[in-house]
Amino acid sequence: MLILNCPNCGKRSVGEFRFGGEYNPRPKAPETVEDEAWSEYLYMRKNASGFQKEWWFHNSGCGVWFLAERDTKTQEVFKTCLWNSEPVGEPDIAK
Amino acid sequence: MSIKLIKQALKGNGVLPRMWNSHPVKKHYDVVIIGGGAHGLATAYYLAKVHGITDVAILEKGYIGSGGSGRNTAIIRSNYLTPEGVRFYDESVKLYEEMADVLDFNVMFSQRGHLTLAHTDGAVRTMRRRAEVNKIEGVDSRLIWPEEIEGLCPGIDISDHPRYPIQAALYHPPGGIIRHDAVVWGYAHQADVRDVHIHQKTEVTGISVESGRVTGVDTTRGHISTGTVLNATAGWGSTIADMAGVKLALTTFPLQACVTEPLKPFLNVVIVSGSLHVYVSQSDRGELVMGASVDPYTSYSMDSSLSFLEGIAGHMLELFPFLAKVRVLRQWGGLCDMTPDYSPIMGFTPVEGFLVDVGWGTYGFKASPICGKTMAELIATGETPELISAFRHSRFEEFDLVGEKGAASVGH
Repeated sequence: MLILNCPNCGKRSVGEFRFGGEYNPRPKAPETVEDEAWSEYLYMRKNASGFQKEWWFHNSGCGVWFLAERDTKTQEVFKTCLWNSEPVGEPDIAK
Repeated sequence: MSIKLIKQALKGNGVLPRMWNSHPVKKHYDVVIIGGGAHGLATAYYLAKVHGITDVAILEKGYIGSGGSGRNTAIIRSNYLTPEGVRFYDESVKLYEEMADVLDFNVMFSQRGHLTLAHTDGAVRTMRRRAEVNKIEGVDSRLIWPEEIEGLCPGIDISDHPRYPIQAALYHPPGGIIRHDAVVWGYAHQADVRDVHIHQKTEVTGISVESGRVTGVDTTRGHISTGTVLNATAGWGSTIADMAGVKLALTTFPLQACVTEPLKPFLNVVIVSGSLHVYVSQSDRGELVMGASVDPYTSYSMDSSLSFLEGIAGHMLELFPFLAKVRVLRQWGGLCDMTPDYSPIMGFTPVEGFLVDVGWGTYGFKASPICGKTMAELIATGETPELISAFRHSRFEEFDLVGEKGAASVGH
């Protein structure tokens, strides 16, 4: 079973969490974005087979949204961290 | 079929002719289809039969029917919610009805009736709406109440004891189950006799695109030059499209299923419950074939999980308490490429010559014949058939989604 390390609560089983989809930053100024870019933000996904940065919600715990880096093939979780307003860099784990 | 069997029995050498053959990989094909499942094989069959295009290769990284086509629970129905969906799936049901004759292969299509249970007032309202949409489109579908449900399915618990008592059901008499392997083999055979090359154990590793146009595919058995590539995969839809530089609105979730030990026949309809996330039918061998909703997070792993088994067992016992002692024989998973609107993505992409028939989520198998027919027409004529125009790739940037909430095994 997948074990996630909640930044607040520590290691818990996946049943405590809700998956929030792949990390997909919202365009900075939505009102100025062209339709094409907006639809890409809304619908298009990398859907990577392998390394993926993604959102999780600790709904049966502390209620925090956080980021995880996971391999979608092997289910290995490389790291979990809280989101901060600084842009999150490219994956620091080799693919 | 039966005459063929008798002849074979009288000949008595015990060896049946091969249903399809292996070929060396040619340097060029007019059409390359990636994915040797029911969709890809049906497309090849219709290309060859209806449009006379036989220079076609099917590239399958495993063996044919080893993906979604062999992992689904083989349910066929057309009682969807949107008029587009109902029309589309109904054409598919009609093709399934004549399939055994057309392919000259027994696909064991059993139209035993399909019940979608409603456990809440909201679900009853949705079922009523689906029934009305179905009737307008000429599909046999109606709302029935607990007494009639029990008549069709003795043993189901219609009392008010369960946590989610059964309030009504959408009854769809033409719905049923089929032998999914036979569908794959039937199409493969009929494509093979029309000179289509089926290449198993041949994985696509890259797609060449020059100035916005497909020129070929790289495979583990060498490069193939071609002007037309169809991505007919499930679970690898994004991975293959990424090779051509096309981004798709897909997220891949595993979906698990299981079968029990064989029981005496007691269930001669297909039972589906959206609220309980379970669908079940009894196979000809007596096994209960059960599936649930997709796993709660995206993954490319086809592993089985205990949490799935616990969940589905609990839900089954709400419907059929007497199954408490029945044992599960085996369990498996498959990959579902889900789209934001629970409708597929079919047709052209921004890359010329790169076509898709993907995003088939949890409803792909039942659509195989009509997908093959319409995609073959699209490839042969270069025009999108009316029936699938709503499913075009560009609908996302046009904000014109289809919203098919009649899809199975997804939480609404």
